[in-house]
Amino acid sequence: MKVEPLQYGPSRREFLQRCAGGLGSIALWHLMDSEGRTATRARRVTDPAPLQPRVPKIAPEAKNVIFLFMAGGPSQLDLFDPKPELKRWEGQPLPHSLTQHLDLAFIKPTAKIWASPQDFCARGNCGMEISDALPHLATCVDDICLVRSMITDQINHHPGQLMMNCGVSMVGRPSMGAWVNYGLGSESQDLPGFVVLSSGGGTSAGSANWGNGFLPSSYQGVPFRSTGDPVLYLSNPPGMSRRQQRARLDVIRDLNEQRFLHTGDAEIASRISSYELAFRMQLAAPGLLDISKESRQTLDLYGINKEASKSFGTNCLLARRLVERGVRFVQLFQKGWDAHSNLNKNLKRQCGITDQPTAALLKDLKQRGLLESTLVIWGGEFGRTPMVENRQPGRPDSLGRDHHRLAFSLWMAGGGIKGGHVFGRSDDLGFKVVEDPVHVHDLHATILHCLGLDHEELTYRHQGRDFRLTDVAGKVVRKMLV
Amino acid sequence: MTIQGVIAACILLLGTSTDQTTAKPAASPSPSSNKQVRFTNDIAPILRHHCFSCHAGTKQSGGLRLDQRKAALDGGDSGPVIRPGNSSGSRLIHLVTGTTPGLRMPLSGKSLTSRQVGLLRDWIDQGAHWPEVATSDPSNSGRARKADIHWAFLPVVRPPVPEVENTSWPRNPIDAFVLAKLEAQDIEPSPEAEPGTLIRRLSLDLVGLPPSRVGTSRFPGAGHTDVYERMVDQLLDSEHYGEKWARHWLDLARYADSDGYETDGPRPNAWRYRQWVIEAFNSNLPFDQFTIEQLAGDLILHPTIEQKVATGFNRNTLTNREGGMDLEMLRIERVMDRTDTLGTVWLGLTLGCASCHDHKYDPISQRDYYQLFAFFNSAVEVNIEAPLAGEMGPYLRGKPEYDRKRRELLAQYKVAGLQGEWEKNTLEAANNPNAGGDWILAWEILAVDFDGGQDILRLVPSRRTWKQRDRMTDHFLKWYGIVAGEERVKELKFKELRDKLKSLSEKYPALSEAQTMTEDLNPPKSHLLIRGNYRQPGPEVHTNTPAVMPPLPTGPEPPRLRLARWLVSPENPLVARVTVNRLWQELFGTGLVKTSENFGLRGDPPSHPQLLDWLASEFVATNWDTKKMLKLMVESAAYRQSSRVREPLQGRDPDNRLLARQNRLRLPAELIRDSALSVSGLLDPAVGGPSIYPPQPPSVGELAYENQWNESQGKDRYRRGLYIYFKRTGPYPQLVAFDSPDSLTVCSRRQRSTTPLQALNLLNDPVFVEAAQALATRVLREAPGSFEAQIDHAFRLCLARSPTASENHRLIEYYKRSAIALEQNPNQVDALFPPQGVEGIDRQQAAIWVGISSTLLNLDEFITRE
Repeated sequence: MKVEPLQYGPSRREFLQRCAGGLGSIALWHLMDSEGRTATRARRVTDPAPLQPRVPKIAPEAKNVIFLFMAGGPSQLDLFDPKPELKRWEGQPLPHSLTQHLDLAFIKPTAKIWASPQDFCARGNCGMEISDALPHLATCVDDICLVRSMITDQINHHPGQLMMNCGVSMVGRPSMGAWVNYGLGSESQDLPGFVVLSSGGGTSAGSANWGNGFLPSSYQGVPFRSTGDPVLYLSNPPGMSRRQQRARLDVIRDLNEQRFLHTGDAEIASRISSYELAFRMQLAAPGLLDISKESRQTLDLYGINKEASKSFGTNCLLARRLVERGVRFVQLFQKGWDAHSNLNKNLKRQCGITDQPTAALLKDLKQRGLLESTLVIWGGEFGRTPMVENRQPGRPDSLGRDHHRLAFSLWMAGGGIKGGHVFGRSDDLGFKVVEDPVHVHDLHATILHCLGLDHEELTYRHQGRDFRLTDVAGKVVRKMLV
Repeated sequence: MTIQGVIAACILLLGTSTDQTTAKPAASPSPSSNKQVRFTNDIAPILRHHCFSCHAGTKQSGGLRLDQRKAALDGGDSGPVIRPGNSSGSRLIHLVTGTTPGLRMPLSGKSLTSRQVGLLRDWIDQGAHWPEVATSDPSNSGRARKADIHWAFLPVVRPPVPEVENTSWPRNPIDAFVLAKLEAQDIEPSPEAEPGTLIRRLSLDLVGLPPSRVGTSRFPGAGHTDVYERMVDQLLDSEHYGEKWARHWLDLARYADSDGYETDGPRPNAWRYRQWVIEAFNSNLPFDQFTIEQLAGDLILHPTIEQKVATGFNRNTLTNREGGMDLEMLRIERVMDRTDTLGTVWLGLTLGCASCHDHKYDPISQRDYYQLFAFFNSAVEVNIEAPLAGEMGPYLRGKPEYDRKRRELLAQYKVAGLQGEWEKNTLEAANNPNAGGDWILAWEILAVDFDGGQDILRLVPSRRTWKQRDRMTDHFLKWYGIVAGEERVKELKFKELRDKLKSLSEKYPALSEAQTMTEDLNPPKSHLLIRGNYRQPGPEVHTNTPAVMPPLPTGPEPPRLRLARWLVSPENPLVARVTVNRLWQELFGTGLVKTSENFGLRGDPPSHPQLLDWLASEFVATNWDTKKMLKLMVESAAYRQSSRVREPLQGRDPDNRLLARQNRLRLPAELIRDSALSVSGLLDPAVGGPSIYPPQPPSVGELAYENQWNESQGKDRYRRGLYIYFKRTGPYPQLVAFDSPDSLTVCSRRQRSTTPLQALNLLNDPVFVEAAQALATRVLREAPGSFEAQIDHAFRLCLARSPTASENHRLIEYYKRSAIALEQNPNQVDALFPPQGVEGIDRQQAAIWVGISSTLLNLDEFITRE
């Protein structure tokens, strides 16, 4: 057959059919292919509906994730991993055999052991021991799985945060939230699939923590801002009412449609859909952010009435509201855990900010029946040393701890995770993992598994090879699962 | 049974199946196709796509590997699978056609098409010719195995321009290659784009701005060849040409204005390199020279300042100033980044894979990697004064007075004594690294916050340059608190002094500086790093080029300079191909090799291999003349085609790889901004200079580690997007929304996504709102009269065409509705159209026009090059 030029474009009827369902109908062929590999061959950058929800292969326990990221590296020895043995060795350096190949950021390998001044006691029905610095979390231990055997590869903040959030300490890789949206799409048709909420200032790795790396930018985290527009440029320009905005969008849509009929380029259909989603976001965001209709009881629960916990508490409440609206991945960033000095003061402040809202989030999700389908993760990029960092000699209240990657703690709850469970063990000094090590890659594999994604099959072809969140490692930690 | 076992069983079974086939002709494999088959073009891609995942490299299911000539012909555990001259007796053919029920290779993935099987049969019947390729290093010949079959490592041979039936269509040889392929598929090319579309396309592609004069005039005979060619020449001569093409190169150079990593501090001199790139494009510096100067400009005999500035290419690596970093690790990371970037930019290879192990797919060993690494391992970073024209005179005139005033200030705050003591103690700590404490910290901060600071401290003050002296004092004033305590610094009023020094220096003219590379006089040895770990050095290595490629020329010049010359020598099979492919990509949306960053085995094969080679050889033959190459491309009939989608072809060629039309391309982030500013008349077209800080919501900076956004005042905020200060941890939001690369690593091709955030950005970002207001003013000023005339003018400005009747109709309707809305809410007029004192314009009409202008700026067509 000879194909002549000038046989342009589909008919108007076809076009309207393709656009009618907004995002929906265009995207049917993008459902995860039967081979299971979420191949880039099937899904392209020009995908008109990259966030169309997709059904995972494994039956998922969790539908959504709330990751409470504690930037700076909270001290596991003072919060989650009691080590009475440290008292015995306090003031002495670690044996040379332990420290000879040790990476340390600031202190010397000869730094002396410092026992935690915090008290620990058994909590809940499960008897999990956690620090008295976390009185609110103490009431939720039967719902959490505490991992005391986390390991990472990095001892500096920027690479460490990239490792925890993107699976590799190198820049340019997609973040976990981006991978999850790439794998599952978003249930929400009027909010982004990956929302970022910050408190306490910017983090070391900045926007790379929620970047899309080489994935299409539809998957990047969208920061909701605490000042000005919650989503950048959400408000109409001065003088433009919602009605006028709608009229403007209508005329844009109609002219775009005419251009589509002229050029036949399906990209235009995708552009039209994106404007409709933008408009729905404009409508939905104010309702999402308006917490005035939440009960007094709820606001009190989250500590929103207290100055210290107001900001983080509001973000926790928003996280629940986002999950209720089908947002797939919500990540909170709380800066300020990097206690090289004044650790006690730091813990008091940071726990004052985070403890009550965190526990409130767990309770609130649970009472609303959302915890089962929501995976909550609490943790930072690494832990802190059993050795002391002493920057102001002579002032005992100024002691701190350095970065430590060989053993730290993190907890998860909901979404297929076993509650009231302690997993893994570090040695008596809290220096090294001695039982059930969980490397960051294993954590990622497990998180993806809870969402119904096989970490080895969630791949994206880039620069000639298939990339994964878990790089070339990672195994699902089944003992943490229900 | 393991997979290997299954395959071995398949192969064993096949022995009997062959016999069965002869007995049962019905199960015979597909017939051969009777054409002359070439291994590299026809066979290698089939093997690569369908067989390599189980039969290549270390994966040798059934003992069979098909990526190596000898091994493939030898066969697997159960004997040969290829019998040259006898395809029906070759088990490979039976295997891929599935003559035994239930056994068909490949076991997973798509089966071969009958055409592919036909090619395999012909190839075997024609003798299974498998070319061998000479390699540069005989001792390494084993590793040349994949080069045997991979086209990109073969030398560029200028192919003859093919004959075509339709001799009236081609305008130059490019078209003959494109048309030959279309004719083979019985497809006609598209007609030429409409004149307005074509002019707009040309203007956006060559200078990155919409055509400027189309608003007021018709397009006289744009279809005429000479008019078009004159337009091409004019655009290539425009100084905006350098800006457009510099931006593409800056993606490759991972250019940014900040360090990256945690502190992400500013790099106030980074723009000086950007300036060099713009000027290099504008002066049409031949690409070979362009390459040499960026990689080794410092090593050219008697280099000019500009040639040194060019080496800033390799200063765009990230710097981590986070406390407690291992400096050697950071240095090695930067050297690796330089090596990897060289691979992507010039060789189109993913060299980085070989930093930890031999490359899994490409013929690059780990040793090859570290031999390339060694070229950069001996280079060190240095900042130099790089004055622009006109800077030196005022600087020299002001300097004596500045120096005197600075000395007076330092004396007034009694700095000298304290600084001397601080230097002494810091040095002492440096010599006693186990001492610990704050003085060691002071020593370490010197390395982190002051490039070269430790070395300078070791110099006695009298041997330091004045610049080093000043810099050391500034550093001391900034960091004295670490050892002395903040109380003491408060007492000394150092903060006040620093502010005074800062405002003093701002009063006097300064020289521009540049970040450059130079050779280390005392270079460290280079080792193969085991698993890429700098703490596990393996055997020592020396500078050399990969064994699969031509050898490094010998001679008296330093190795890094010879490496640069080697890249652009005519024998190099990759550099010209990779470079012309990227130019093609920028003009057609997709390269002839789609994976423009990867020409290796896992990259895509070229859609038009002959055309690629012809262009590469033409590029070298014209002395790497970039403007000439672009002119050739944009003057081709292929480029000038309409971009309208041809539905009947969509099924056959959905990605338009055959080039039966042009492509519609969403503009890059910067060009969207530039277009809006340009059509509205706001654009400040000044070329070059330091970066700018257009207004952005305060909440953007709050999420970065440190907020350093000092909003630009005056017309600076209306400058082109490539001048926007690029902060790596918190880039300008409009750039992020429209897929600007993160500039952390090299980017060879940008994504083009479509997201709701883009819609919000164009609808509501004050920059675009202001552009809509300015466009409203411009239209009403320049086209007073009927609404139709105004719409026509606005369309021409924004889209380089007149509206259709139905577009006109729809906009009139919108106009009327807006008029009614504003009559009901007259107080909105001032909000929509705030400019005051605009003479001769009806404010209500202007307010309506803001909405119409904004509509035009939001059209898909406006942000698309058609």
